[in-house]
Amino acid sequence: MSPAAVCLATIFAIVAVGTIVGFLAGVRRRMDLEQWTVGGRGFGVALVFLLMAGEVYTTFAFLGASGWAYSRGGPTLYVLAYLTLAYVMSFFILPQIWEAGRRHGMQTQSDFFLARYGNPWLAGCVCIVGIVCFVPYLQLQITGVGLIVSIASYDGIAPGPAMAVAVALLVAFVCVNGVRAVAWVSIVKDVLMVLAALAIGIGVPLIHFGGIGPMFQALVHAHPTHLTMPGATRNLGHAWFISTVLLTSLGFYMWPHSFAASFTARSADTLRRNAVVMPLYTLTLAFIFFAGFAAVLVVPGLPNGDLALLTVVRQSFPPWFLGVVGGAGALTAMVPASIFILTAATLFAKNLYRPLFAPAMSDAQVGRLARVTVVVLGLISLCLALYSSPTLVSLLLTGYAGVTQFFPGVVLGLYWPRVSARGVFAGLLAGVGGAVFLMTTHRDPLFGLSAGFLALCLNFLIVVIVSLVTPAVSRERSPRPGTVAWAADA
Amino acid sequence: MRKPSSAALLLALVPFVAMCFSVPLWDRIEPMVLGLPFNLFWLIAWIVLSSGCMWLVYRLECARAAAEQRAP
Repeated sequence: MSPAAVCLATIFAIVAVGTIVGFLAGVRRRMDLEQWTVGGRGFGVALVFLLMAGEVYTTFAFLGASGWAYSRGGPTLYVLAYLTLAYVMSFFILPQIWEAGRRHGMQTQSDFFLARYGNPWLAGCVCIVGIVCFVPYLQLQITGVGLIVSIASYDGIAPGPAMAVAVALLVAFVCVNGVRAVAWVSIVKDVLMVLAALAIGIGVPLIHFGGIGPMFQALVHAHPTHLTMPGATRNLGHAWFISTVLLTSLGFYMWPHSFAASFTARSADTLRRNAVVMPLYTLTLAFIFFAGFAAVLVVPGLPNGDLALLTVVRQSFPPWFLGVVGGAGALTAMVPASIFILTAATLFAKNLYRPLFAPAMSDAQVGRLARVTVVVLGLISLCLALYSSPTLVSLLLTGYAGVTQFFPGVVLGLYWPRVSARGVFAGLLAGVGGAVFLMTTHRDPLFGLSAGFLALCLNFLIVVIVSLVTPAVSRERSPRPGTVAWAADA
Repeated sequence: MRKPSSAALLLALVPFVAMCFSVPLWDRIEPMVLGLPFNLFWLIAWIVLSSGCMWLVYRLECARAAAEQRAP
């Protein structure tokens, strides 16, 4: 067999196993809306860990992190800091969100805003911003699969058909199984991803330099400034690092899917314990960085940094191993992509379509509409990926800057009884507007600070000022003075 | 909604200071530790230490919840 055939067969086998595991996970379970979207709120520490790890380690972590290490150097280290700090943050917000979710039967992020602030326009706005922010993220995952298959076939298969197959598979397993399938496929994906990362991170420096230490010695010798900030960039210095780490670690659980994943937990304690163990998972990424840094010397001059990891693997290992890495990579794209599609579809059907157009719909009908939406969203993202523009990275960063604007509404909603619906609404609009303005006018970073972070500061300021001059949410009906009032309790 | 204790919040602030705000202090290559540039080594060490901090926070909050249950 040719190297390309060995490699593609391995990838196909891995994706097939992953998909079968997904289909088996949902068999013999009655699928109502609650079971489909939040797994019946019955996941323990292990499954929640896998679900969250599954959606966190996307193609961006796998190909993107190594790509940044390759093309930008030092500033990439922000990834290690922000993921760890996001989990630290999660300890203080996710258990509270879970508690509220159980009390008010929440399934989505938009449900949270509706229950806390009692304002359907605010909830609708949260829903729309969330769905819009998903689109570029989803597009990135599908493009990632195309890239992987194309390199693994030694440039024999065009990315287009590969993307189409990936989309068909993930739409099928999301439609049939919902969130439980995703958690179980994550097991296959995570085991492979950890093994692949270790093998690459240790193997590549060993083969070309005789170890990780000598590799860094050689890199420091050849490119003395590559490993510290601003690395190979001009304007990504320490101020950028601090503002970006804050923006992304605070915004991390504001992605609608990460937010909703907390509802799948069996108890608030599950989420607390999860916050203790999750940082350790970030260690895997360090190994992916080693490979990215090694690629600077081994395969210099690539047109696109995202190709660095796979190209260096193709040069260092036999074809079957490139297949294993490609298969793990394909699953790292498909698992998060299916979570994005699942979350966006539920948001659309439950929080936008039903309240606006069909208030009388039953849960079962909402479930069916969500499944139809899954198919439609899959096709939309496939089209976007096929005709993607080169500004993909700037779209993705706008997405992150967008979802982080939910942070004031969530955190103040949990801990500040005085916060008002109008304050949160005004802050959200100002934050999203500010971020979009700064980014579309190419002012990111501004004064060395990340644009999304500046928008977040503006957002916080406006929420606090407007809240102080408008009435809080049904405060007099609050059970105990000084505790947070829930509009849905009234 | 029970608010976290200030001891827990202070402990959780430690990783933020170590990994984020203090970046000018540790963003350098020398001294290389275990073959890694110093900034990379520092972050990797703090991934593990952060998990340790959160374990302490968890123990603290559990003890507090238990104490509150005994004497409401």
